[in-house]
Amino acid sequence: MTTAEITLDITDRPPLTPGQIAIRRFRRHKMAIAGVILLLGVVLFVIVGSIIISEADSNFIDLEARLSPPSLEHPFGTDNVGRDILARTIYGGQISIIIGLLAVVISIVLGVLVGAISGYYGGFIDSILMRFTEAMFNIPSLFLLIILAKMLAGKIPTFTFWGRSFSGSVIVIICVIGLTSWMYLARIVRANVLSLKEQEFVTAARCIGASNLSIIFAHILPNTLAPIIVSATLQVAGSIISEAYVSFLGVGVQPPTATWGNLLDQAYHHLESEPWMWFFPGMFILFTVLSINFIGDGLRDAMDPRALVDVN
Amino acid sequence: MNESQTLVQVKALKKYFPITEGIIFQRETGSIKAVDDVSFEIKKGETLGLVGESGCGKTTTGRTLIQLYRPTAGDVFFEGINLAETKGKELRALRKHMQMIFQDPYASLNPRWTISRIITEPLRVHNIAKGKASMDKVAELLELVQLNANYMNRYPHEFSGGQRQRVGIARALATMPKFIICDEPISALDVSIQAQIVNLLEDLQEQLGLTYLFIAHDLSMVRHICDRVAVMYLGVIVELADRDELYSNPLHPYTQALLSAVPIPDPRITRARKRIILEGSPPSPENPPTGCRFHPRCPNAKEGCKTETPQWREIKPNHWVCCLDC
Amino acid sequence: MEPLLELQNLVVKFHTLNGVVNAVNGVSYSVETGKTLGIVGESGCGKSVSVLSIMGLIPDPPGKIAGGKILFNGEDLLTYENRQMESIRGARISMIFQDPMTSLNPVLTIGKQISESMELHLALSQKEAQGRSLELLSLLGIPNPKERFNDYPHQFSGGMRQRVMIAMALSCNPDILIADEPTTALDVTIQAQILELTKRLQGEMGMAIIWITHDLAVIAELADRVSVMYAGYIVEEADVFDLYDSPRHPYTLALLKSLPSVDRRRAHERLATIPGSPPDGIAVFPGCPLAPRCHFMVERCLHENPKLKTIGLNHKIACWVNVNTGKEI
Repeated sequence: MTTAEITLDITDRPPLTPGQIAIRRFRRHKMAIAGVILLLGVVLFVIVGSIIISEADSNFIDLEARLSPPSLEHPFGTDNVGRDILARTIYGGQISIIIGLLAVVISIVLGVLVGAISGYYGGFIDSILMRFTEAMFNIPSLFLLIILAKMLAGKIPTFTFWGRSFSGSVIVIICVIGLTSWMYLARIVRANVLSLKEQEFVTAARCIGASNLSIIFAHILPNTLAPIIVSATLQVAGSIISEAYVSFLGVGVQPPTATWGNLLDQAYHHLESEPWMWFFPGMFILFTVLSINFIGDGLRDAMDPRALVDVN
Repeated sequence: MNESQTLVQVKALKKYFPITEGIIFQRETGSIKAVDDVSFEIKKGETLGLVGESGCGKTTTGRTLIQLYRPTAGDVFFEGINLAETKGKELRALRKHMQMIFQDPYASLNPRWTISRIITEPLRVHNIAKGKASMDKVAELLELVQLNANYMNRYPHEFSGGQRQRVGIARALATMPKFIICDEPISALDVSIQAQIVNLLEDLQEQLGLTYLFIAHDLSMVRHICDRVAVMYLGVIVELADRDELYSNPLHPYTQALLSAVPIPDPRITRARKRIILEGSPPSPENPPTGCRFHPRCPNAKEGCKTETPQWREIKPNHWVCCLDC
Repeated sequence: MEPLLELQNLVVKFHTLNGVVNAVNGVSYSVETGKTLGIVGESGCGKSVSVLSIMGLIPDPPGKIAGGKILFNGEDLLTYENRQMESIRGARISMIFQDPMTSLNPVLTIGKQISESMELHLALSQKEAQGRSLELLSLLGIPNPKERFNDYPHQFSGGMRQRVMIAMALSCNPDILIADEPTTALDVTIQAQILELTKRLQGEMGMAIIWITHDLAVIAELADRVSVMYAGYIVEEADVFDLYDSPRHPYTLALLKSLPSVDRRRAHERLATIPGSPPDGIAVFPGCPLAPRCHFMVERCLHENPKLKTIGLNHKIACWVNVNTGKEI
């Protein structure tokens, strides 16, 4: 075997994890990079803004300055009770983004569990879980959102976290969005699990004696990361929009806690007369959702399983 | 041949796969009789070849033997213990002693795991070694299969097919098994690599005293590596004999056709040979032909072959055939 | 005899994320009417790429034909535009592939797929094409052609599908049939049927065949002349009996030695191996690409890449060493 060492050994090249390959591919996707930059801008705005402006300022009612257009003192103008919209956009952004992220966590956990159990065990369990998933799919999601939000409104009291107080409706909205958006991922995960469980490396694991749990979580799921990550990313955008819908209809997060959605709700009666009330929150929703979608596209291309190019 | 112990004994093994229909409750409408009453023995230290064409059930036999599929009927004795009746923890403990090498070097290694994680999985599952001890074991195993120990932290996609197959072999050896089923281990490899892997398997057998069940369709390679060979057709074994005996005196018409169909890398010999060309293709294992399964394609088929099921008989010493005519 | 098809110094490269793959490095071979050229080599040697270039099927990007000529009846196919190639493909030069399932359209009946080619190239009416298709199906040994005409590919077994592919390929009576590993995925008894069938059809229809495989035994069955490829180069070329009687290139020799012996007494002798693995085509060697793996390597092999030279009657090799003596030529 010694003559073989003359050829290029793979130890001459740096190791390439599947993750590194994905990152490399992602970086070539121009729209995705633009999305990252835009999203970073929004996140920085929301974080840095909250350091400069205090929450009290965002809730400060100044009736004399009510409904005033953008000016040096109030760069985004004021709302119907004189609160500074710039400050509210900043704090509202925090809540909207947090709702987006946490709702997605719930939906991923549910979607992956249902999909994995359904796909791996098959048979009767699969039938029942899939019929349930399809039933959930068939209920119009907005309808479900509104009903659940109304049902659970006011059930959870205001709470404090990290020295700030939040309306209990934030928790409600997070749960409601999470509980109504897991189905798509469940289907995708199930499809992937069905095909992966026939792969020889899974058979090899069973032959070694690995337990079912170990096979699902250590072997199969890491190989379906791609659709999970892509779906999660796109769902953050979806959740932000769902929150906006629900709050706009008045059954979402209740004031004084600001979100981009309920800022739009408050602008409802001032659509033409005081456009700055909906323009700024609306633009931020647009930027955030757009940038997340670009990132999602880039991730989808980067994590395409055909990207795992092998040496030969 | 001297008296050696029997390591594995398969008796009347059957594996049927049900065909089902139904939306919520599935009902059985038929079954695929992939393995339909197969019996054989594997002695300690030998290499038994199991050959046949696609659909004959050889891979299913291997997987049912090792209990990756639970048998529909029949027994599998491993060192006297009936695997078909063992379950749960007991079965898992027995898995230490029997392992498998797979056909596709690209699909049999988890693409997201490093080589060392792949090889140490058996060590973790059976609590054999942890931490540094397991890393030492990995280095030892990589050396055994002639791979550079520095490859430990690399991913499968960085290796060639032959190298990946070596990793698969290292993984199979991790628990120091007594018995390894080689399920078409070289079919997916380039010609020049096949010889390397076959030599490796032979060396390992000698070094570690392994017993192999070698499942393959490449008859010339089977002749090289195996001590005895069994030929399967549509779920049953039609002939079983010592290697040299089978290749020089095949008795079953299917074996004869199979051997005559193998092209030989020598133009003068191969063009001069008289071929037995079989008509058509093997029927579906869902509805095997009545009587002798081979009768629709058999050049020697007679009236009785359609109705009578042939018996498994020892025609010559150590040469078994399942045929009405022989 | 004038060659029907001649490749001259074909160079094909692929531009991939990992670098430029030199798939074909100045390959020349030819085939005459009624004869079979066998191209044998392992994966990555460039055999498939060279014939895809003949058919104009190299995807561009990432592939690029970087040099050479493909002369068919005196004309260079590489200068042809796509429209001109369309009149050649299927009509004058046909190809069959390894996996018949993916080469056949699953939503069209096989009858339609066979007739399509004839309606297009031979300007036959639907009825005429259908009649000819039925003839072809029985010529190829497919039972009950009238009923099977309206069946879909998935209703056929692997061997039958391959016969359908051959029927499609031969429907317009091409001058050349290119077969890219058509029996690799088939069982050995089905392979025997297809090989027998191919020989018979060549006898009846007289076309030239280029048969690509990695299986030295199949080549021994079919070919009149053999080219052995490695790393994008032709390393040996000879008449078939000559090649197997006296292989002169270390790679051919090593390949033959790594096969289990047919001789019963030597059937279980240890197999001779070629250490290492075939190169990936991206790394460029200054010398002979086989040098790192070659038992006969000398100093010169590491620096200079040998060119193909005639050393006997119609026998060419690309090597610095005489394998019979072990000394430099």
